[in-house]
Amino acid sequence: MRPFEYARAGEASEAVSLGGRFIAGGTNLLDLMKLQVETPDKLVDITRLPMRDIEATDDGGLRIGALVTNSDLAADKRVRDDYPVLSRALLAGASGQLRNKATTGGNLLQRTRCGYFYETSQPCNKREPGSGCGAIGGFNRIHAILGTSDKCIATHPSDMAVAMQALEASVETLKADGSTRTIPLIEFHRLPGDTPEIETVLEKGELITAVRLPKSLGGTQIYRKVRDRASYAFALVSVAAIVKMKGGEIEWARLAFGGLAHKPWRDTAVEDVLKGQAPSRALFDRAADALLAEAKGHGENDFKIPLARRTLVSVLAEATQGA
Amino acid sequence: MNKHVMDKAIGETRLDRNTQGIIGKGVDRYEGPLKVSGRATYAYENLAGEDVAYGFVVPAPIGRGAIKSVDTSKAESAPGVLAVISGDKILRASSQPMAPAAQTIDGEVFHYNQPLAIVIAESFEAARHASHLVTADYEPKQGRYDVKARETVRKPDAMPMEPVNERGDFEKAFAEAEVQFDETYTTPSYHAAAMEPHASVAKWDGDRLTVWSSCQLLETNVKQIAAGVGLDVSKVRLHSPYIGGGFGSKLGIGPDAVFASLGAMTVGKPVKIALTRQNVFQQTSRRGETVQRVRFGATKEGKITCFAHETDTTNSPGNGFFEPSGISSVFLYPGKDRRIAHTIVETDALMTSAVRAPGEATGMLATESALDELADRLGIDPIDLRRMNEPKVNPQDDTPFSSRMLLECIEEGAGRFGWGDRPQKPGTRREGEWLIGMGMSSASRKNSLMKSSAEIEMSPDGRATVRTSMTDIGTGTYTILQQIAAEMLGLPLDQVDVELGDTALPASSGSGGSWGANSAGSSVFVAAEAMIAELAKRLDVDAETLTLKDGHAIAGNRQIPFSEILKGEAITVLGQIEPGKTDEETHQASYGAHFAEVAVNVVTGETRVRRLLTVGAAGRILNHKTATSQCYGGQIWGIGYALEEELVIDTRNGLMVNHDLAEYHVPVHADVPKLDVVLLEERDTHASPLAGKGIGELAIAGVGAAINNAIYNATGVRVRDYPVTMDKLLSQLPDDYLTAA
Repeated sequence: MRPFEYARAGEASEAVSLGGRFIAGGTNLLDLMKLQVETPDKLVDITRLPMRDIEATDDGGLRIGALVTNSDLAADKRVRDDYPVLSRALLAGASGQLRNKATTGGNLLQRTRCGYFYETSQPCNKREPGSGCGAIGGFNRIHAILGTSDKCIATHPSDMAVAMQALEASVETLKADGSTRTIPLIEFHRLPGDTPEIETVLEKGELITAVRLPKSLGGTQIYRKVRDRASYAFALVSVAAIVKMKGGEIEWARLAFGGLAHKPWRDTAVEDVLKGQAPSRALFDRAADALLAEAKGHGENDFKIPLARRTLVSVLAEATQGA
Repeated sequence: MNKHVMDKAIGETRLDRNTQGIIGKGVDRYEGPLKVSGRATYAYENLAGEDVAYGFVVPAPIGRGAIKSVDTSKAESAPGVLAVISGDKILRASSQPMAPAAQTIDGEVFHYNQPLAIVIAESFEAARHASHLVTADYEPKQGRYDVKARETVRKPDAMPMEPVNERGDFEKAFAEAEVQFDETYTTPSYHAAAMEPHASVAKWDGDRLTVWSSCQLLETNVKQIAAGVGLDVSKVRLHSPYIGGGFGSKLGIGPDAVFASLGAMTVGKPVKIALTRQNVFQQTSRRGETVQRVRFGATKEGKITCFAHETDTTNSPGNGFFEPSGISSVFLYPGKDRRIAHTIVETDALMTSAVRAPGEATGMLATESALDELADRLGIDPIDLRRMNEPKVNPQDDTPFSSRMLLECIEEGAGRFGWGDRPQKPGTRREGEWLIGMGMSSASRKNSLMKSSAEIEMSPDGRATVRTSMTDIGTGTYTILQQIAAEMLGLPLDQVDVELGDTALPASSGSGGSWGANSAGSSVFVAAEAMIAELAKRLDVDAETLTLKDGHAIAGNRQIPFSEILKGEAITVLGQIEPGKTDEETHQASYGAHFAEVAVNVVTGETRVRRLLTVGAAGRILNHKTATSQCYGGQIWGIGYALEEELVIDTRNGLMVNHDLAEYHVPVHADVPKLDVVLLEERDTHASPLAGKGIGELAIAGVGAAINNAIYNATGVRVRDYPVTMDKLLSQLPDDYLTAA
């Protein structure tokens, strides 16, 4: 760990004016600093900021403070009642101890768990732009099959963000100049392209202050996470599904996927296949075809393509059951 | 000194009489309250509050090459840094078990992230930071990282067993066999991943070195430390009273023991080094990958006529140790014509060494799956196949078994588990999305008795203290030694103290190879007999006629408290056990059987173990609670080996990719169902004066195969490449995976 300066912010405007990396739960950043994968000169501790509330919004949704812990968010009655997919995704992630520390804002900004990103002696375009990619041609069991580039095939590790993607959440921020903006989550994370080191659209010094959920749309909500052990493992494939049935047909469906890409993946073309159709195995397979049309394996992770298909089909069957 | 050489079977002993009623009882751990209240000092916690320095190991981030130069100047001038040590005393990794010394780096990099230098600083943080400032110039060499490529093949040392055991003419018998079974199984590299990292504190007074380290075999560990720093062993004292798991990875010293010592001798104050989890993975030792070819020749009725088990495993240059996958094969399976053989494929990765149940843990994943496959092909129940093929004597050399309750374990387990309810046809039982199956395996673990000594002091008030350099690596050694002494001497448990883990105490076997309880326990038994003789002498009676109970000696109609017999003078006696003729005249092993029920998700291929039962027979059980706990641990390891664990080495450059506990998957609580363990009553009078046998490693032997066999029964898919992860099942799972509403 490289020596760094530490400052504690009393309010949000102070935090963004101090300049430096924000630290809240520290469940990811501290590990990376110990390994010198991350070497910030300055940490700004934002844990004292008043961002721990979950408030009802005027439009019937929820505004989740950036410092609400994963445990508190998963346990909130409004979340459990109206956004069960989010509660389930949160509880499928990490361990109890980590969820007690990890925050809503920090969860969105998790770095990838790629082994080559973590090993500073290996090439990694994300850690050291231009150095190459160790995972391509290496051990890439956990890596992406959608939206990759020849620079990076890493995945985003969050479960929470996948559920929020299906819920059409948006991210409220405060910029260093004091202005605020609201970014739809679908636009928040980036694909790797030629600059895998840039993972979100946040500007330097921009602070996440809250996440907004729109009014609950009801429907059947499912989060299914497939992983190598029953707990405390990142998703190989995860599916967040919200499906609304009407008269034996799928009125609409919202689907988001984890473990497949550099960002929590949502593809409305998949949802369009389902809209207005009667549920059937053939329909579900067509939805999977749409999802995986461009999918590309890298050797160790080839199995994710059939795994994603089977998991999606199964989730859709469950979500439309009894309709 | 009272010495007992195990030359003949033991007769009835005071343990059989059980006058005090303590032996065998599942009493709580002697040191349990210290551990749960944080007062048991693990290695790194010693010298708390004293002025100490901290060390951090600098890794060499290439796979193979020569070190041209090391630049320590930047690190040396970093704040808080006291010294940077590099050069010829730096160790490559841990020491091999019982080796005279650990290997030094000799100006080369032998594996990725091998130690290059050590930074000693005023704080851990300063040392860690400065470790990133040490740079080196390398001349990289092409490394060999893939066992399957077989670039360099060589013969192993005779450690831990003879690498080749042959009888008759296997190839001829196999060619003539009615049924020929020939399959190859692979197991990946594994790490012991003990909870307590390898850690040491060293203190140097200018003449003598005192080291607190997490070690299993103190008698050889102290020599390895002395050799590492260039001191005479008489100048070094090693303490290891509490150990947070070893599993073989601490049979030899970790590099931290020598590094902390070198640091203390350099900077003039005590030095603490705990390897980080990443360094534990990359700088200690690991279990070697294996490629195992298993061949059975059999009659159509299922009688095995010949058997071969040939293993390729791996180690690094200069290391002859090998993963002895055929260790149980030598005596477990019949066949007049047989061949058990091992070959080392040399690779440039971290050295391989002993991990819990070296041999059985990997070998029985292969052989016990192979038997299941053979039974399936012959249309015989796997239990019937084992029943038909149970040898009467050791098939390798016709020595009699000291005791062998394998079939009893299988029968007991089959009844309790409900084996009769196993689906007859694989892939036919389904509950919603889950395919259900049952599997079983045999278990065996070679028994060993080692030379070991212990002293017992009885103080004038009649209390006894047991002292030996033995270690307790979490197995319950403190507790069973206390129980043996209490039972033998007729003392309530709380009247017996136990001191362990110090090379100043009588030399012991240490903990390893499941020999600890038998060896150290027998030394306490022998010392207790000497104590009884002393008491009898003072009472002027024959020791045999003396009954000891509740701190009193009962002779005829006299009942005298010990304090009265001692008359104000303490008595100290020394006892020693040595292996003898029974080791050659009989074949000794513990036996067991595992039964598993699994559910495999038909959509994803995820496997969940639903039930696990182990039935074991290991001679006299000294403490039912600690013995059962050891078996739970073995079962959980079995779940890991069957489904999750795999140390991944990048075959392009030698990097150990998943070198932490987030990505090297061991079972979590949610992976572990309710575990059942049943231990059968048995006395093995040839094994030791205690009539007990090793149990610590028995319970991992075969568990993974029972789970794999259950997966086959559930799905009809046979995987021969461990671990059985979902990707290996997925393509063969049914396409009609949706469950009807």
